[in-house]
Formats: sequence, structure tokens, C-alpha cells
Amino acid sequence: MSSASSSAAWKSADSVPDQFPAGLRVLVVDDDPTCLIILEKMLRTCSYEVTKCNRAETALAILRENKNGFDIVISDVHMPDMDGFKLLEHIGLEMDLPVIMMSADDGKHVVMKGVTHGACDYLIKPVRMEALKNIWQHVIRKRKNGWKDLEQSGSVEEGDRQQKQSEDAEYSSSANEGNWKSSKKRKDDEDETEDRDDTSTLKKPRVVWSVELHQQFVAAVNQLGIDKAVPKKILELMNVPGLTRENVASHLQKYRLYLRRLSGVSPHANNSFMNPQEETFGPLSSVSGLDLQALAAGGQLPAQCLATLQAAALGRSTAKSSIPMPLVDQRNIFSFENPKLRFGEGQQQLMNTNKPINLLHGIPTTMEPKQLTTSQSIGNINMQVASHGVQSSQNNSALINMQVASHGVQSSQNNSALINMQVASHSVQSNQNNSALMQMGQPQFARAPRLPLSVGQPIISNGIAASYNPVPQSSSMLNFPMNHASELPGNGFPLGSTPGMSGCTSKGTFQEDFNSEIKGSVGFMSSYDIFNNLNQHKPQNWELQNVGMTFDDSRHSNSLQGNLDLSQSVLVQQGFSSGRMSGQNRSAAVVSKAMFSAGDSTEPGNLLNVSQHLNSLPVDNTIRVKTESVADVNSDNLFIDHFGQEDLMSALLKQQQGIAPAENEFDFDGYSLDNIQV
Amino acid sequence: MERNPLRRQLQIMRKSLFDQGYLDEQFVQLEELQDDSNPNFVEEVVTLYYRDSARLILNLEQALERKPYNFNKLDAYMHQFKGSSSSIGAKKVKAESTLFREYCKSGNGEGCMRCFQQLKKEYATLRKKLEAYFQLARQAGPMETACRPK
Repeated sequence: MSSASSSAAWKSADSVPDQFPAGLRVLVVDDDPTCLIILEKMLRTCSYEVTKCNRAETALAILRENKNGFDIVISDVHMPDMDGFKLLEHIGLEMDLPVIMMSADDGKHVVMKGVTHGACDYLIKPVRMEALKNIWQHVIRKRKNGWKDLEQSGSVEEGDRQQKQSEDAEYSSSANEGNWKSSKKRKDDEDETEDRDDTSTLKKPRVVWSVELHQQFVAAVNQLGIDKAVPKKILELMNVPGLTRENVASHLQKYRLYLRRLSGVSPHANNSFMNPQEETFGPLSSVSGLDLQALAAGGQLPAQCLATLQAAALGRSTAKSSIPMPLVDQRNIFSFENPKLRFGEGQQQLMNTNKPINLLHGIPTTMEPKQLTTSQSIGNINMQVASHGVQSSQNNSALINMQVASHGVQSSQNNSALINMQVASHSVQSNQNNSALMQMGQPQFARAPRLPLSVGQPIISNGIAASYNPVPQSSSMLNFPMNHASELPGNGFPLGSTPGMSGCTSKGTFQEDFNSEIKGSVGFMSSYDIFNNLNQHKPQNWELQNVGMTFDDSRHSNSLQGNLDLSQSVLVQQGFSSGRMSGQNRSAAVVSKAMFSAGDSTEPGNLLNVSQHLNSLPVDNTIRVKTESVADVNSDNLFIDHFGQEDLMSALLKQQQGIAPAENEFDFDGYSLDNIQV
Repeated sequence: MERNPLRRQLQIMRKSLFDQGYLDEQFVQLEELQDDSNPNFVEEVVTLYYRDSARLILNLEQALERKPYNFNKLDAYMHQFKGSSSSIGAKKVKAESTLFREYCKSGNGEGCMRCFQQLKKEYATLRKKLEAYFQLARQAGPMETACRPK
């Protein structure tokens, strides 16, 4: 949060001045005048600076005008003009201030609602002085957490990133400085993505692309027409106070990537990320058909992912960094946990979503914002999601996991690492990577396996390209659906698919699949992002991720030829790992292994396990899982290089193209991908 | 014990309000907020409460005239009313509000109506008593009114 300005005491996160907590700037919102006046008096007695208002809209206006003017907000739950929880969400999204809810209602479900919507505390009326005396703790806590996030994410803002890890440095070096606080979904999954402004090192209020906001965005874009949708016009149409053109622009970028992924349009050069690929996003969602849920989630994710991506993209630095940083932790979480998650959940989900992606193009609708949360369930990529924090996880579940990462930052990162198609994790990257991954579906993969291994991490870092390099041939091929196909070649997504791809008819299917896969991969990406972060440090993660992927592929791969549809696509993503290995799916395990070997061998076990799961998973589902595994692998290698600076996507893009890491590309972070529901 | 007979009377009156359950601990919180900069804080708040809650009572009256009852609406109004009442420590009124909400939740229209009548009575009684209390407090001397015995 930008606590900046005012109370110096409050600004310093760690040091507490003597007169602390005096001077805390509180905004009180309550439609009941009696309560309002009492609260004001009580707070004044605590030596706080109080501003009161009796309408939620007024409160928001005040907060927006005075971005750094307050430290904490206290709001009533039941208000005539706006529901307190809605206000809570808005504040969290736009200003990221701690919010305390209060109500005469002490029913469990209401309190729970407060928790899930991200309130940092819930007071029962009548409010006593004692309860108000300690509200400052929430401010400090949030700041501390925010800093930690920043550090992790490698944001340079605060300056004292103790935790800054080398990885972070890599990532955050440039691109996203913003305050990327890992906004764990406050809630519940959604909403909390934060869009980081690109202002480097300046803590700017993050724009969180909530599902709602994203929907508004999508509506605006659709109204303008994909081709004509420019940030300025979109901003005007959306008419969201506090949203800047930059926010919209970065979000748009991600969205475009996502669309591209979905539609499998000819991959634009890495620039595509940046290009308005709206259409691609749309189809992507369809791809998610794999799991409509995933899609839904993905769809949601897209919103969220987008948000995340956006955030990621914008903030990118943070996103990426966030991933890497806790890498260790995250990785573990993601790589290990996710696989578990995935399997359990993913399996079910996978099944659902595995629908052949081909159709999905238009389908994204299924994705509902709620799904975002589900995405986690899907588990598949959940891992990825996690990387970005809130967002990625969400996406991941639903979608192909890979996609989830798409959040932009996350996904891309992860994706790259995972190679998993991850989708989009960077959205930009994912595409690319995804393609590589997608290839997996193809029998070609057989080659793929080689890649990752040989390359090991380095490849992954490229995102996928890296790994693919060995298999360059296939890589280009596979990526097709994603449009990235063109990109792939650059990256050499060895996914192996390329080799086969060319020959395979599946290619055609892949296209579709890819889209879907891409989506999926996007999902992965997201996971990868997570992984990337994780991987960054640990290549292992990547492996794990792949594992997940591979399995699906295996399943699918067999059917690859025939099934190129989603499963393949999914596989592809996941299959990367697998694709590589066996060309189609089978190698999933192999791939993962390979991955492991490539990456840290320490993890191999994980991957394998993952793959195992994958195998067991229904073909459809496998894909989901995969994404995660991929992420684990080498992602460190792959992504790390790139991400450090820009989004994974760019990194990937670069890789693929052999260009120097393109930082900008990854702005998409959020979108990566596929999940983004259009 | 207060020497001043008025203040003593005030103290007795205050005590009885608590003993008879008209007021609860929250009222004390308000009293504690009163200080030199706000010598009549409690009275001001209570006045504000009566003004605002009169509006809610009116809404409830009107809603109870429309049959069939819209329990959700009734519950919403009462929820607001309860919040205000509890803020000033109006114990009995708050209890009636809670009961009213229970009836709403169970869809008991009769119960709601009966409860509402009782609530209005308690509300009116408290108002009278507090008005008398504040009047005495003003007579007894500003500093000592509504203050905790030192």
C-alpha cells in the first residue's frame, strides 16, 4: 500500500514512532448517524484522525481523490446505497487499504462473508472503545505483508527488500517495479489481482482486475470491436473511476494475447502479446473446454488472470518477481501442493474440462468468475495460479492450469519454466511456450522429451522455448494453434510437437487444440509463473509441473493423433513434458523425469509422482495437471532468465525468437492465456 | 456520594435506569467519551438517536400496514433500528428489536405486530426517562452529569 504521505509514523513499516498509533487516518462509513458520531468520537479519543461519511459512494470518492490519505477504513455492512462488502472489494482492489467491517449482525455467515471478502476484521455493534484502540495493528500488519510481498516479488520499491532474492533481482530488475504486493486473493480468489502500475519503484495503488472489472472491460472491448479497441476508448467506455489508461493498456495487452491463444491465430511475433489480440482470447476460453469449469475459472481467470496478468504485466516486475521469490516456498507450494491439488481436484476437473477444446472458441462464457476460484480446484494448474498469488491459482484450476498462470506475470513465468504450455502464463509467453508444449500432443513429442532434458533448465527458462530448443523443429510446429507457432520456431519449443506436427494432421487439430491448449497452457503458465518463481530457484519445480502435464498428454497423446483435440492440447501443455517424452503422452512421466533431470534432480520425485497422477487422471484431466508439472521443471532456468525482467512472455518470446529477453512482452502476465475468457 | 442534592438525585436516577434494565454498559461508554471539549456529548448523541430512529419507526409502521408483510424489509429496518439502539445502550429497546427480528425470520406476522407495539412503548418510556435525566443533569451542573463517580 502506499501509505505514503501523512503520518510519517504510519509510513514506516517497521519502525513505530513513539506517539504511535496516534495520527492514524481512519475513514468511517456508516449510514446510521448515531453510530457514526459515536465512532468518530471514540476514534478521536484514541488520537486518530477521523473522517466520517454516511454513504459508500462518498467514501469511495474520498478515497479515490485522496489515494494516500487514509490508513484504514471502517465500514458498516448494511448500507442503503451500496453493500458494505462491495465497498470492501472496491477498496481492496483500488486502494488496497485494510478494511474493518462492522454490523449489529453477528451471525456467523455474515462474519464469514467479511472474511472471504477480505475484511481484516469484523466488529459487532455496539462498538466499544477497546475494539477501536487496536485497529492500528491491521495497518501495520498489512504493511508488513505488503513489504514482504514486495520483496519477494522483487519489487524494488520499498527499498528494503530483505528477502530479495537473487531471483527476484532477476525478475524484477526491470519490468515491474510497481508495488507488487502479492495480493493473495483476498478472498477468495478473485478479485484480488493487482494491477501494478508500471511506475517503477513507486508504490502506486494497484488496480486489481476483478472479475467484474474485467467483464466491464470485455464489454467495452466488444462494443468497440476488437480491432478498434484502444485503451483510451476502452477506458472511456468502462468509466471506472481511478482506472488509468495505462492500466487498461496493459490489461488489453494481456487480453489480446489471451485471445490469440484461444483462436490460435497466427502467432504474432512476440509483439503479439502486446498486440491486441482480443480475439485470441476469446477462443482460448473455448479451449478451455477442457474444463468448462476451468474455463469458467479460466474465464474467470481471464478476468482475473487478466487482472493478474495485467497486474503482472503492469507490475510485472512484481509478478515475476513474486514468483521467483518465494520460489522456494512457492515452489514447494505449487509444485508439490499443486500436484496434489490437481490430482484430486484436477482430476475431476480435468475430466470436465477436457472437452475438446476445439469448440471452445466461443465458449468462454462458461467460465464464470466463480470459477476462478474453482480453477484452483482444478488443481491442474493451480499451482500456477499460486504463483501470482491470488490470481494465478485461480486460473489454474479451472483451466488448463497453464493458463492460469496467464495472469500474466505468473503464468508466463511459469509457463516458461514449465514449458508447459503454460500457457500463457505470460500470456505472451505462454503462447509461445504453449506452442511448444502443444507440440507435445504430437507424436513428435518424442522428441520433446529430449529437449527438456537436455536443456534442462535453461530451456525452460525460455519458457518453453528453452526446453524446446533441442527440438526446435517441433517447436515451431506445435505452437501453432497458438499463433505462436511462428513464435515457436524462434523458441524452438522443442516440445517435440513440431516434428510431429508438421506431419500430423493433428496439427490442424492442434490449432484448435492449441488454442485450447494454449489456454491450457496458459493455465500452466500461470502455474508456471508460480513455478517460475519457484523454479527460478529451483528448476525442480519445473519438473514437477511438467509432470502433471505430461500425464495428460500421455493419455491424450495416445489419442493424439486422433484426439488432438483438447486433450491433446491440454496435453500439449502438459504434454510438453510428456510430449517431449514420448511424443504423445506417455512420456509424461518420462518427461517429467527428464525434466527432473534437467532441472534439479531433487524434484524428480515430485514430478514423477505428478505424472503418475496424471496418468491416472482421465485423459482430459491430465492436461490440467500437467501444467503444473511443467512449471516445475526447469522453469527456473528458462524463466529465470527472462523473467527477471520482463514478463515471462517476453522472456519466452525472446527465447523463441532468440531475441534478447523482451521485457515488455510479458506484460501480459495476467493473461496468459488461455483461460482468459473473453 | 454527592453532596449536592441535585447531583445525588441524578446519581440515583442514573442508577435506577441501569438497574431497571433500560440502559446497559454501552451507555457508560458514551459517558466516558464526554469530556470538557464535549460536555454534553451523551445528550447530543441521544437526541440524534431519537431523531433518526423516529424515521425508522415510521418506516416500520408503514411497512406493517401493508399486508402481506414483507418480512425481509421489516427485518432490514429493524436491523438498522437495532444497531442504533444498541449504540446508545438502550437495552430494553434492543431486546425488543431482537425479538421482532426473530418473528420476521419465522414469518410470524402476529408476533411482529405485537412485538412492535411493545417496542414502541419501551422506546417512548426510555425517551421520557432520558429527557428527565438530562434535564436534571443540566440543572445539577454540567461537569458532573453523566460522569462516572470519581
